[in-house]
Amino acid sequence: MRTAFIEALNELASTDDRVCLVVGDLGFSVIEDFAQKHPDQFVNAGVAEQNMIGLAVGMALSGKIVFTYSIANFGTLRCLEQIRNDVCYHRANVKVVAVGGGLAYGNLGVTHHASEDVAIMRALPNMVVVAPGDPIEARLATKAVVARDGPVYLRLGKAGERVVHAQAPAFELGRAITMREGDDIALIASGSMLATADQVAGQLTAKGLSVRLLSMHTVKPLDREAVRSAATETRIVFTLEEHSVEGGLGGAVAEVIAELPPGHAPLKRIGLRPEFNSVVGDQNYLKALHGLDADGIMRTIQALEMAGAAKDV
Amino acid sequence: MSAAPAAPRPATDDELRALARKLRAHSLRMISQAKTSHIGSCLSVADILAVLYGHILRIDPRHPDWSDRDRLIMSKGHAAAISYAAVAEAGFMPIKRLDEYARNGGQLYGHATHVGVPGVEMSSGSLGHGLPVGTGMALTAKRGRKGWRVFVIMSDGECDEGSNWEAILFAAHHRLDNLTIVIDYNKIQSLDRVERTLGLEPLTDKFRAFGWSVREVDGHEVSDLRDALEQVPMEAGRPNAIIAHTVKGKGVSWMEDKVLWHYRHPTEEELAKALAEVEAS
Repeated sequence: MRTAFIEALNELASTDDRVCLVVGDLGFSVIEDFAQKHPDQFVNAGVAEQNMIGLAVGMALSGKIVFTYSIANFGTLRCLEQIRNDVCYHRANVKVVAVGGGLAYGNLGVTHHASEDVAIMRALPNMVVVAPGDPIEARLATKAVVARDGPVYLRLGKAGERVVHAQAPAFELGRAITMREGDDIALIASGSMLATADQVAGQLTAKGLSVRLLSMHTVKPLDREAVRSAATETRIVFTLEEHSVEGGLGGAVAEVIAELPPGHAPLKRIGLRPEFNSVVGDQNYLKALHGLDADGIMRTIQALEMAGAAKDV
Repeated sequence: MSAAPAAPRPATDDELRALARKLRAHSLRMISQAKTSHIGSCLSVADILAVLYGHILRIDPRHPDWSDRDRLIMSKGHAAAISYAAVAEAGFMPIKRLDEYARNGGQLYGHATHVGVPGVEMSSGSLGHGLPVGTGMALTAKRGRKGWRVFVIMSDGECDEGSNWEAILFAAHHRLDNLTIVIDYNKIQSLDRVERTLGLEPLTDKFRAFGWSVREVDGHEVSDLRDALEQVPMEAGRPNAIIAHTVKGKGVSWMEDKVLWHYRHPTEEELAKALAEVEAS
């Protein structure tokens, strides 16, 4: 995903010299080409995230379109107040890019697990929160956020994510992409969970269920209409995200569904338990521990089926 | 957006002193009437603001967004009252608007706010934010071969914030000689004297060691301030730190050098006495 991002950014920077990249001394084997091709549009701020964001704001207030780039927690939490006051309050044209969203840096440790970033970024006024679901969406999202004036949080995975889209879909910030139409079960996925959701959708379909699969790449502003339709046209809604179940995509969808008139489908949020991981594991291992692999998700769905949470499912 | 370049406005020392008196008087009235804090911090920075707005800055109040203007960031956002007074006296907005200060329904918050306030480059209020942003502006001007300059006014207590030292490293490394900070070194921070909280000395040596040009000035002597600010960049390739030795509460004898006036507002009676002292100075 990060490769798709940097390639798209490289192209954009070639045609628009306002596009700049500020890194927090991270991005080995990712950012070199950009730095060489666009030396006047590239800055390494050093291991200094507060200044990284401040610099980006100063550049943006002077007419630039500035992407900051760091590992998710460093580029968001370390400098949260700079993002709130300097980026968001000033509506600065800064795009905060995080690599390693979720458990992508699994065995590097809890410091590197980005499990609350979406919830925190989503709470900030003026902030747009985008978590593309595969490399194709990452590329489209990069272009879309350049075209949109103002603050954006762009949450990427790492490398090697499966391409889910057979071809480039129509991509619009704030508009879910319907990957499958169906009226039994709705799966709403963001970020790297799109691939898993796609796999689960295939398995459920094979069992004879009609599955609606939405790629909710923009968590804020949320596509409320797509959520409303899912909650009124299917029998049960699941959100899938590599993020805490508190406050991220699941929280955002829950807020919409909770305010619908009676009679809508129930919601089950599937994501990370809101706790620090206590054992070492790589991304896939830890995801499985949280029930975020395809088998785990199938078990969750089947358990609800047994409990009759969604009658007929 | 763009407009004809505004030449620096020459001003005599007497004119700058008169402007500083006006700014002190405005801030005393605003803070007394709104019953807010930070009069001591306003009075200590009055002469610095007078010299910058009255003489140094290349700005055009009719075109606040003029792309080639000098940028002034008031990073010590708690001195908002006098900052608003300075942009109003510079002509960015009617003096009458100062009545909105910290008033319900107005736009002049108690910490420096850019929304709806032309001439204020950046909102501040949480310390340690202005210099990184100013550094990004200076980098952009440098890379774009633009002649505009960036000035950041900081407090001494603000130097405790680590974010500043990140920017201080960065600005020297990138040779941003178009960046100038003025430290309003009034020796008192929020709870106590600086030397009893987190001592900054030797401050000049610290900046030198970080690769900055440094000059210490009497922050209440307009000719001294003018001379220092006219001479930036002091050395090609080095950012500039002007350490302005000031007195908290300067201009009102019984407010001077006291922590109390970081918090208290003058009563109506005290206001009249304070204004009389400022007028007579």
